[in-house]
Amino acid sequence: MTTEKLDTNAAPRPNWASRIDLPVATAFGCIILLLLIGSLYSPNFLSPDYLLQQLKVGAFLGVIATGMMLVILLGQIDLSVPWAVTLGAMMASAATAYGPMGEMFAIPFGVLCGVLMGLINGIGVAYLRIPSMIITLAVNAVAQGLMVAYTGGFAPVDSASPAMRYLAAGTIAGIPNAVIVWAITGLLAVFLLGRSTFGRAIYGIGNKEAAAYLSGVPTQRVVMIAFAVCGGLAAFGGVLLAGYAGKAAQSMGDAYLLPAIAAVVLGGTSILGGRGSYIGTIAGVILITLLQSILSVMQIAEFGRQIIYGGVIIVMLLLYGREKSGR
Amino acid sequence: MNNDYLQLIGVSKRYGGITALSDVCFSAARGSIHAILGENGAGKSTLMKTLAGVVRPDTGAVRLDGRELRMTGPAQALDEGIVCIFQELSLIPDLSVADNIVISNPPTRFGMIDRKAQQAIAMEALERAGGGDIHPMELVKNLPLSRRQIVEIAKALARKPRVLILDEATSALTAADVETVFGVLRRLRSEGIALLYISHRMHEIAELADDCTVFRNGRKIATYPAGSKTDDEVVELMIGREYNSVFPPKAANVDHAATPVLAARNLGWMQRLNGVSLTARAGEVVGLGGLDGQGQRELLLALFGVLRGVNGEVLIDGVRRSISNPRMAKARDIGMALIPEDRKTEGLMLPMSVRDNLSFAAMSQISRGGIVDRKAESAAIDRMMKLLAIKAASPAIPVASLSGGNQQKVVIAKWLMVGPRIILLNDPTRGIDVGTKQEIYALLRQLAAEGAAIILYSTDYDELIGCCDRVLVLYDGAVKRELVGAEITEHALIASALNIDHHEAVA
Amino acid sequence: MTSLRYRFAEQRGMLLALAIFIIMFTLYVSNHPAGFTPNVVQTAANKGVLLALVAMAQTFVVLTAGIDLSVGMIFILANCLASYVLAGTPVMVGLGVSGVLLTGLVCGAINGLLVIYGRLQPIVITIATGAVFFGIALWIRPYPGSADDFSSGLADALTGKVFGVFPASLLFLIVLVFVVWVPFRRSVMGRAVYAVGSSEPAAYMSGVPVMRAKFTAYVLSGLFAAMGGLFMTFFTYSGEASLANGNTYTLSSIAAVVLGGVSLFGGRGSAIGAIFGALAFRAIGDLLFVFDFDPLWQPLFQGVVLLLAVSLGSARLFQVRNRLDLFT
Repeated sequence: MTTEKLDTNAAPRPNWASRIDLPVATAFGCIILLLLIGSLYSPNFLSPDYLLQQLKVGAFLGVIATGMMLVILLGQIDLSVPWAVTLGAMMASAATAYGPMGEMFAIPFGVLCGVLMGLINGIGVAYLRIPSMIITLAVNAVAQGLMVAYTGGFAPVDSASPAMRYLAAGTIAGIPNAVIVWAITGLLAVFLLGRSTFGRAIYGIGNKEAAAYLSGVPTQRVVMIAFAVCGGLAAFGGVLLAGYAGKAAQSMGDAYLLPAIAAVVLGGTSILGGRGSYIGTIAGVILITLLQSILSVMQIAEFGRQIIYGGVIIVMLLLYGREKSGR
Repeated sequence: MNNDYLQLIGVSKRYGGITALSDVCFSAARGSIHAILGENGAGKSTLMKTLAGVVRPDTGAVRLDGRELRMTGPAQALDEGIVCIFQELSLIPDLSVADNIVISNPPTRFGMIDRKAQQAIAMEALERAGGGDIHPMELVKNLPLSRRQIVEIAKALARKPRVLILDEATSALTAADVETVFGVLRRLRSEGIALLYISHRMHEIAELADDCTVFRNGRKIATYPAGSKTDDEVVELMIGREYNSVFPPKAANVDHAATPVLAARNLGWMQRLNGVSLTARAGEVVGLGGLDGQGQRELLLALFGVLRGVNGEVLIDGVRRSISNPRMAKARDIGMALIPEDRKTEGLMLPMSVRDNLSFAAMSQISRGGIVDRKAESAAIDRMMKLLAIKAASPAIPVASLSGGNQQKVVIAKWLMVGPRIILLNDPTRGIDVGTKQEIYALLRQLAAEGAAIILYSTDYDELIGCCDRVLVLYDGAVKRELVGAEITEHALIASALNIDHHEAVA
Repeated sequence: MTSLRYRFAEQRGMLLALAIFIIMFTLYVSNHPAGFTPNVVQTAANKGVLLALVAMAQTFVVLTAGIDLSVGMIFILANCLASYVLAGTPVMVGLGVSGVLLTGLVCGAINGLLVIYGRLQPIVITIATGAVFFGIALWIRPYPGSADDFSSGLADALTGKVFGVFPASLLFLIVLVFVVWVPFRRSVMGRAVYAVGSSEPAAYMSGVPVMRAKFTAYVLSGLFAAMGGLFMTFFTYSGEASLANGNTYTLSSIAAVVLGGVSLFGGRGSAIGAIFGALAFRAIGDLLFVFDFDPLWQPLFQGVVLLLAVSLGSARLFQVRNRLDLFT
């Protein structure tokens, strides 16, 4: 049957730029709203110290969410973040315990483990065409299995290296290092997405993989690398968390999966891929962090968070993530 | 005999800027076989979809036996007794033949599907459709295309239709099958069913039809009793279009002695390509003609490296090359570009800016070490937008807001940035305004003059005549005829496309 | 070309799963210190039935070419809810059971509505709804516990033995298959579910009620997941909102479904296959225990089996001839 080709002389589509500005603006608006609400509960909610503290806490999520954003921009998802985080933390701590050589390479080693995990995800998605949701779930389980076997099921005893602690908990000129690390990561992400061919390819693939493929772009390689970077960043987040707490902990990454997805989606990145800016992710991370703070100030327990994360993602999807009707 | 059993009155349908059906008044008699003819884009499939309930007309009404029909979807059409036989589009691959035959109305017992009754119905329908050798429990996906078509026919018969519409229903059948199906159709006719038979096969129509109607550009042109017009007269009815395109003069600077830039030998793939051979030289514009779906799209994809399992050889500059993905095709040493069929899903990323789309294929030219050189990019984009006269407020606006013609120019410009020497185009001016078409024609001539080898698949006969130095008409996945220079006429094109011509195929 | 040959081909996936299960189970039982005794079989059956129920739930949705990542959470929610309402007089217990099952139906309906009318992708939407369901579970059972007047009569009956030999849970499962699955599969709606998963456009063109079919699938999924949670309460007498547990059940249900011959692309497979897949998957896990492997290796072993199962089940690179089809 012949297919009709449509002529878009009809009404112009909404401007792409304005579609991401609206969620980002909303996100920033909500941040302000939350700050106001928070200040009602506690007077020093708006104090610079507290705000800086929030940024520090948010920095860990920020690093993790950066990786997640890359994958979501492709139109995929990475559910192996929980154990990528834990893997990075544990492996870095383990390397620290290995001696002076180990201590020096603790951080790169932890990150490398995450990169390897991400590579497995990436190969599965890009070359074997396994749905990302499934393979990342499975890889998550394997990583968990590895760590359980490695630690004997107990809490890991290795502690973080001094370098890790410094990165996570130290300060330079009064600004927490974690925030600086996040800022640097963010700048690199902005540069990557905006100025590199890799970043262009990511947006293209997320928008229409078929068109990107037909344009001669190495789509498979790009997808694989994106997953590797996501794994690496998640592991790096884990390394920082271990540095902050002094040591790694079982299942420490579980609490970061949903917030990471929610932060990226709240920041205006479309879950279907191809649209989103890093500023939005920053707003999303701050928003989630503030939300968590308020929830604990209001003494709402864990269950409330789960419901809110889930609800937020659903609402964002209903507003911005719907597929077009085929008829 | 009820002459106005099935009626369309003033039916129109527009898609955006394209008129698919324009004020169509059509009627078919009970107990007759009514053939519908027209070239690609004449409106036949929209007509069928309207009757099948898949498409709702903008204006007009559909009447059956005097009663107006209100159809909101395929289910309602089926309830009214209007059954369409698609080209196997409506079979569920993972279900069995019997399951498929009764799918819209399975026999039930105590709320559950009665498998025995279903089997009986299926076998009866298969027998009537000439598929007695097909086992009802076989899964549809395991059947070859011709058998699936028979199942589709059986499925239609099982619904006891009042109106039966066949769209190219015999295209995949063997000659013996066709005879059996004809027998079935004749029997249905005698039972008082109104049959609409959409086909390009003139000899079948001559054998089968009582009446014929010709469509052109969404309008009904003529209705006449079968056999009362010669093939030539029918062809003239199908093509009668005003010439409103001006084509740049064809240059004659093709060096026929040189090695062809691109040559294909005996390309085969699945059942869509059956031994295609062609050559294209620098400076030549080679056209691909023929009806929709004869392998033109697959040929271009095969050359560009998108298909797996392609048999045969592709030679670039006389050297055999194996092209396994578009990246290889694009590379400097081969230098191929493909303007794809559907610009919205294969050529462009609609929400992204004009700039991002333009530079997408030429990343390696405008970047160093993976970092985009903004200045080089801007310069290249400005150059392209000027060269192709792309009308856009700025390169930063989303490409979705451009007109269709400008969007297609962006796709072409994207590839020109790479500097290709072999350019494949898949129906590039479909759905584009006349002015932009002219610009594209001029551009193609210019590119050829600069030494590119161009392969142009078009469903517009004017284009093939006006732009191409040679035209290869494809039928059933092979080159049926090659027309050179002055041989390229509408009549010759349509005749070879319909395979009623008696000339030999030239490779 | 006899009918028998076609019937065989139809059940091929399920028969393979059955074969794997028989092999695994034989290995398990022959190496178990206690051997093939009713008690060993009963424990194995009880644990297996839990996963089998969740796997059946997943099957309904997967058949429509979707996926439900919230099954594990509906399971947990039902478990926690049941730990409250399975108490008091038999009438109250009966009401409680109905309430739990109804909750499952509602959860499934929410999923279905969001996917169909919201036109949202099942993958992401069910992660989100799963979080909400889990949050509710955590709210009603912040700490593991059970009702004060927990009535164990029903629980014991369904997790005990019939005639002293045959596990009641297995009997329940068999009854469930005959009373729910078989009629469903043979029904018009059941056929519609398969059609939608196999080719949604063809189903639409053929007049199949696509939206209703999808909705039915999600609702049934919720129901069966809730049955699993209910059963968990029968087993443990208590409710626990464990995120890890929920995730494990979700993931294992996908593995069970794949092992059982249900295609993740929709339109093919049977819940009976998924049951065998679940039992086989459980048996593989328990094999380690029986062979005296360090239990520490079990999560890793299961994870690797999971990875292999889902990779093999969903890799589709090898079938595709036109690479453009990979992107749709």
